[in-house]
Amino acid sequence: MNGAQIVVEVLKKQGVEYIFGYPGGACMPIFDALVDAPELKMILVRHEQGATHMADGYARATGKTGVVLVTSGPGATNTVTGILTAHMDSVPLVVLTGQTITPNLGKDAFQEADVFGVTMPVVKHSYLVRDVKDLSRIIKEAFHLASSGRPGPVLVDLPKDVVSEEWAEDFNAELDLPGYQVQSSGNSSSITKVAEALAKSKRPLLYVGAGTVISGAAKQVLKLAEILQAPVTTTLLGKGGFSENHKLSVGMLGMHGTAYANKTVVDCDLIMAIGARWDDRITGKVSEFCLNATKIHIDIDPAEFGKIIEPDISVNGDVATVLDELLPQVKKINTKDWLKKIETWKKKHPLKYPKRGGLRAQHVLAELDRLTASAAIISTDVGQHQMWAAQFCKATRERQWLSSGGAGTMGYGFPAAIGAQLGNAKEVVVAIVGDGGFQMTMSELATAAIHKLPIKILIINNRYLGMVRQWQQLFFDNRESGVNMEGNPDFVKIGEAYGIKGFHLRRAGDVTKVLKKALAYNDGPCIIEAEVAKADNVFPMIPAGAAVSEMLIDEPPAGKKLKKPVGST
Amino acid sequence: MEEKFAISIYVCNKPGVLVRLTQTFARRGYNIDSLVVSAAHDTAFSRITVVVMGEPSTYDQILRQLNKLVDVVHATSHESTDVVDREMALFKVKVDPKKRAEIFQIVEVFRAKTVDITDQSLVIETTGDSSKIDALEKLLGPMGLVEMVRSGKLIMKRGVEET
Repeated sequence: MNGAQIVVEVLKKQGVEYIFGYPGGACMPIFDALVDAPELKMILVRHEQGATHMADGYARATGKTGVVLVTSGPGATNTVTGILTAHMDSVPLVVLTGQTITPNLGKDAFQEADVFGVTMPVVKHSYLVRDVKDLSRIIKEAFHLASSGRPGPVLVDLPKDVVSEEWAEDFNAELDLPGYQVQSSGNSSSITKVAEALAKSKRPLLYVGAGTVISGAAKQVLKLAEILQAPVTTTLLGKGGFSENHKLSVGMLGMHGTAYANKTVVDCDLIMAIGARWDDRITGKVSEFCLNATKIHIDIDPAEFGKIIEPDISVNGDVATVLDELLPQVKKINTKDWLKKIETWKKKHPLKYPKRGGLRAQHVLAELDRLTASAAIISTDVGQHQMWAAQFCKATRERQWLSSGGAGTMGYGFPAAIGAQLGNAKEVVVAIVGDGGFQMTMSELATAAIHKLPIKILIINNRYLGMVRQWQQLFFDNRESGVNMEGNPDFVKIGEAYGIKGFHLRRAGDVTKVLKKALAYNDGPCIIEAEVAKADNVFPMIPAGAAVSEMLIDEPPAGKKLKKPVGST
Repeated sequence: MEEKFAISIYVCNKPGVLVRLTQTFARRGYNIDSLVVSAAHDTAFSRITVVVMGEPSTYDQILRQLNKLVDVVHATSHESTDVVDREMALFKVKVDPKKRAEIFQIVEVFRAKTVDITDQSLVIETTGDSSKIDALEKLLGPMGLVEMVRSGKLIMKRGVEET
């Protein structure tokens, strides 16, 4: 068999269902080998960035590794944004890139790009295969690395001559990774210290991140929270790690988190990060973050300890395993007063939005949440609609919420929904996107239409790059610059051109009716273009770099000048 | 204040490893002072000794990030007391034959060696810890030092334990 057939054979052995790809000269032998492997379904995308986001959405929604296959040069460099997105959010991807023949490497051959070098800072690991004899082992290693430990993207660059060469492969080669160990169970004395700290706490807070979802530890977190009677906050990517409909949930924390979550953060005497990494949109000003709280950090990646916050107790290991080890030592503590206090914050500062002034994105999203009983898989893009979705669409289970958190990649939401729907044929999948981000990857409408995927594409159209406009209004004296999306198309008509069903939504009174119709439509994708209030803002808000206690719960009075944020974004 | 740190790293002998390491340092604003890479006793691996300048507050972080790299078997820092450290240097001195004697004296005191000699120049070789080489450089400076090459620091753990 030749190298390409070896690649395909290993993909089959790994149980791959879908390959998201786009062909080109350098990867033609692999596309040729795929003809004889119908069990590997090749999803032909319209742009390689779309392929990476689809593989990412598939991976986040199923827990399996997403696979991308593209050609060399521009095909490969078009995947970089998607690889960064997956890297920042610890998503398992294997990205196979075609490459020019080995004798041409480094000679500026046609469609040659040093993608091994280009992607090095944004991959978990990468390979340039120079010998067909190494091929099967390397692809196996790529899957192992992508999916184990802290997951991440692994790139394998495949020169055309290597995949064209004949080799009698027996597929028996062992993984050769002497520098790679994964710590699964935690250090028992650290775990005992955690139990002791929890027992002493009067105002604990469980801070649940993506690691909980990746590890599949929602069950353990629920147990821990219920034994302790401790409030739980989830990060943007931790949504689904603990049901937001549970009475102990305080929802999302951080820059656009709920007021009561952030007040809980400020007031707690113990904060326990469970697979979370103290992102700068959560801590705000680090020097003022949780000054009087004991900080516990559980993470599979020891490089996260002390990166932002120096923990008082850290436990290195898989979240579910560590919690299983911890739970027998945990005793109920008295948090009645603490929960009462949080309850008053919840009553005083609920999430809310103006009921007047035309159609509101928040209204649409809250109604979507109600009509789907918080059960749909939600994939978002990046911007105001993302934060409103995070606030108003409740996540109740793992792998239900897909969003580009670390990288904040516009254009992610729609292709990720395609991957999620392919991986979960029976689930309702809703892509919540803005008019800006959607236009970055809407060429994938063809991909969704061809496969008749019943994705509901909800476009929150305010004809603005709303989040940037919000910052310009609040911090730059309302000097609008480069945010007007004048020239937006009629998105329903765009859909029509692909044979996709569309709904206009313009009036607040039509929200329920239109959403119901869209949710009932399952013959293929549909577009709901919600033409919402132009200049709405997301609140609460902690200005970037400010302390959590400086949160703006509501819109500041008009004309009030705010300090320019010192945090980067 | 930035400080100097010596780190020994045991890595898989594979293409790209060095780039990944240097990227880790560069990203956190660490400057590489010296870098020595050679095949280990087991040629599937390489030993790297690197001396870096950077913020002490991020030093532990860097070590963890190095250890996180898939091809890094281990990255460790060492106290100067538990290791033998050596560096080699070559110095080229442009010198009038009449003044050679003075330089020979210094060479002898430092137990260095003269390895090349012409009517206008000397090349001096020395081995020792980094401070010895610094001292020799300082003395040769005003005597016509025109070129210096240093090997970078080599580190080996004392006793039977692996570095």
